[in-house]
Amino acid sequence: MELERTSVQISQCAKTYPDGTQGLLSSSLDVFPGEVLALLGPSGCGKTTLLRLVAGLERVDQGGVIRFGTQEVTHVPVERRQIGMVFQHYALFPQMTVQANIGYGLKLRGASAQQLKLTVGELIDLVQLRGLEHKRPSELSGGQRQRVALARAVAVRPKVLLLDEPLTALDAKLKVTLRDELADLLRRLGVTTIHVTHDQQEALAIADRLAVMRSGKIIQVGQGEELYRHPKHTFVAEFLGRINRLQRTPKDIADDTVTLAQTAVPCPRGAWPELFVRPEDIQLKPFASSQPAGLITHRSFLGDRIHYRLEVAGQAVLAAEAHRDSPYLVGERVSFTIAIEHFMPCESDQ
Amino acid sequence: MQRLACLTPVVVIFFACWLLPMAWLIALPAQKGWETYFAIFTHPRYWLSLVNTVGLSLLVTVLTLVLGSSVGIFLARQKFVGRGILLSLLTLPLSFPGVIIGFFMILLGGRQGLIADLSEALGAGRLTLAYGFLGLFLAYLYFSLPRAIATYTAAAEKMDLALEEAARTLGATRYAIVRDVWLPELAPTTLACAAIVFATSMGAFGTAFTLATKFEVLPITIYSEFTNYANFALAASLSIALGLVTWVVMYVARRYSDSATVLG
Amino acid sequence: MAQKTHSPHRFPVTLALLTALVTLFMLTPMVLSITAGLVNNYSQGLASGLTTRWLEQVWEGYGDTVLWSLAIASACALITTVVGVPCAYALARTRSRWARVFEELLTLPVAVPGLATGLALILVYGQFRSFRQSFLFILVGHVVFTLPFVVRTVSSAFANRELIAIEEAARTLGAGFSRRLLGVLIPAVMPAIIASALMVFTLSVGEFNLTWMLHTPLTRTLPVGLADSYASMRIEVGSAYTLIFFIVVLPLLWGLQAIANEVQKRYGT
Repeated sequence: MELERTSVQISQCAKTYPDGTQGLLSSSLDVFPGEVLALLGPSGCGKTTLLRLVAGLERVDQGGVIRFGTQEVTHVPVERRQIGMVFQHYALFPQMTVQANIGYGLKLRGASAQQLKLTVGELIDLVQLRGLEHKRPSELSGGQRQRVALARAVAVRPKVLLLDEPLTALDAKLKVTLRDELADLLRRLGVTTIHVTHDQQEALAIADRLAVMRSGKIIQVGQGEELYRHPKHTFVAEFLGRINRLQRTPKDIADDTVTLAQTAVPCPRGAWPELFVRPEDIQLKPFASSQPAGLITHRSFLGDRIHYRLEVAGQAVLAAEAHRDSPYLVGERVSFTIAIEHFMPCESDQ
Repeated sequence: MQRLACLTPVVVIFFACWLLPMAWLIALPAQKGWETYFAIFTHPRYWLSLVNTVGLSLLVTVLTLVLGSSVGIFLARQKFVGRGILLSLLTLPLSFPGVIIGFFMILLGGRQGLIADLSEALGAGRLTLAYGFLGLFLAYLYFSLPRAIATYTAAAEKMDLALEEAARTLGATRYAIVRDVWLPELAPTTLACAAIVFATSMGAFGTAFTLATKFEVLPITIYSEFTNYANFALAASLSIALGLVTWVVMYVARRYSDSATVLG
Repeated sequence: MAQKTHSPHRFPVTLALLTALVTLFMLTPMVLSITAGLVNNYSQGLASGLTTRWLEQVWEGYGDTVLWSLAIASACALITTVVGVPCAYALARTRSRWARVFEELLTLPVAVPGLATGLALILVYGQFRSFRQSFLFILVGHVVFTLPFVVRTVSSAFANRELIAIEEAARTLGAGFSRRLLGVLIPAVMPAIIASALMVFTLSVGEFNLTWMLHTPLTRTLPVGLADSYASMRIEVGSAYTLIFFIVVLPLLWGLQAIANEVQKRYGT
């Protein structure tokens, strides 16, 4: 299915609700044509508000502008904005069959019966729902409903596809399977997509770029890998994965080191009082007196890896991760190294 | 054993004070001959009365549903100061006996009524509509609307806004939303409401009694047969016909919707 | 920054207009009737000045109907509660088909027009003069008509799953039937009992169809008196009488509303 690729430009858009609460502070964001951008953040961060502003379901505060490509759509009502939206609980019309649901938008636009049959048939194959065309939503499973919702949104050839936490309503195992299917499908469709989620795994798996949000503001935008390896804010670092916070003394700062278990370890140049490091970047080694060492106080086997807790003099308890064949046990003293490029300096959060 | 003791008083009361008398009532027309049961079909006067009543009830039901649903949806969604009070006021007439509503129509459209005053001020003479079909119709509308408004306001609050938003993202106009989202969603409520409004209109007595219109409805006919002509058997026969129609309608409603709406 | 309930941001003009129209239609007669009962002369309207003489006249002529209506309604509420609550319990705990049939039968007096019920009662008991001519006759009619409401409401409250579990726990601890009923069950469904009692009271005060058939000139209730005054008295008198009806009924309705909200909170669907 060929869909056009439109860019989305959001300039200084804010949303204040009638009762005074701020759903979104003034934010700007550019979505490239054909890309999948995830709005990621905890509940209440404003990601759904932003999505609904792009959809046209909420009105932007005075001064904000939204553009789809070259067309300004800030004051265009949702019915005419040509967006496709998948709702959190799918909002499928209960009295219509799968076929009728998918074809609803086309029917409203006056498509002929033949055209309807063609397009709907194409979509049913695309989302792999062949055989279920005549069923009602109540007869479908969660995963099937999600696919109907997606097909329905895409059927009208939208300029922008908006997904509001599309996988939240599904159980854990199904989520993982469908996540990959969804990522695949979006790639094939090639339509510009904005995807809202609070699950960082989901965002990393599906999106090309992520915009991490908190308290009504966009904190950092970038590719998932970039955000994971080089977060600019503590919040981003903590939201995308687990983090160890290492404290530095004034002497450390003067020497470009960080002291771990009374051993000075080299780290990037800069005056940050704190450095972050990811658990998987702490390499465990057999005990050697020349290297920083700690005592293993906790060990969890998680299937694909082992999670350790290390007591280290001079720092808070460290979380470390090793591959599943790692031999160390609780009560052992082990040494560890951290490569200099794995230290993450962060701006502290306000 | 204790359960039986719990049930006995009600069973006794119900038997003695309703079941038995009802059975008697149902058997009564037979005393005058089996054809008395079909008097409603054979006598033009009674037949006309039935047709009048059914016609009036149908008309009232349709208009009540349209107006009641509009008001219910509006009140469920628009929060404004005094909304709660307005809702209470609009549903207040649920507790009025029909006679009061007849009286209201007299105040509104009778010889000394407000409408007569207004029409006189506009130079069209004194317009009285309370004692004709229009007055009766408006009165029936008056006691039916509160039921519909109460029911629809409750139902509208449970409506799923996501469905409506989904339709809008697909390009649905206001008309398409009413047709494809609202009507199907409110269908069970509409059925229950229609049934109870229809049943109430069919059996309403006090209102027509106060207005004393020439347009005769079945309850008035039954009453006349009883008091003026002491025609007990006929009154019984007509009552059975009326009771049957009402019960069937309400049974259907209860089957296809929740009983809370229909009974309470 | 909590998730807001999203309201459609287009103002529904048509719906607003219809609501305004309906409001005007519904409220005007109420206002008219209140003023009509308090002015000296209806045809002159407010210009003729306010007075309470119509209210006084109504009280003199029809005051007893108010008292009798209240008395009957109270008795009705009491009887239906005392008789209906145990019945509701039995029906809620019985699974047999007869129970369902009986429940269905109990709703018949509501569906059948009051006229028919009144007629039936007169046919069977009309010959017992002293019964026929007493207020007891009317009371009987009211009880039969309002009983289904009590049984239905309280029955569904008893059927609450949590309550069943609590009752079973009480049984395992050795509580006998009356202990359970009085100590555990009735307190638990008290809001439902009070709500249905108030409903019965309201229904009884406003009941006309049935009562008109059963009444005699010496046994008149408030609605019956109203019908009489509308037919034979001045508009001012009828209005004043209607006003008295409002004064009696309104506090009840507010009480009912408050209790209904309480019930919702306790058993909220």
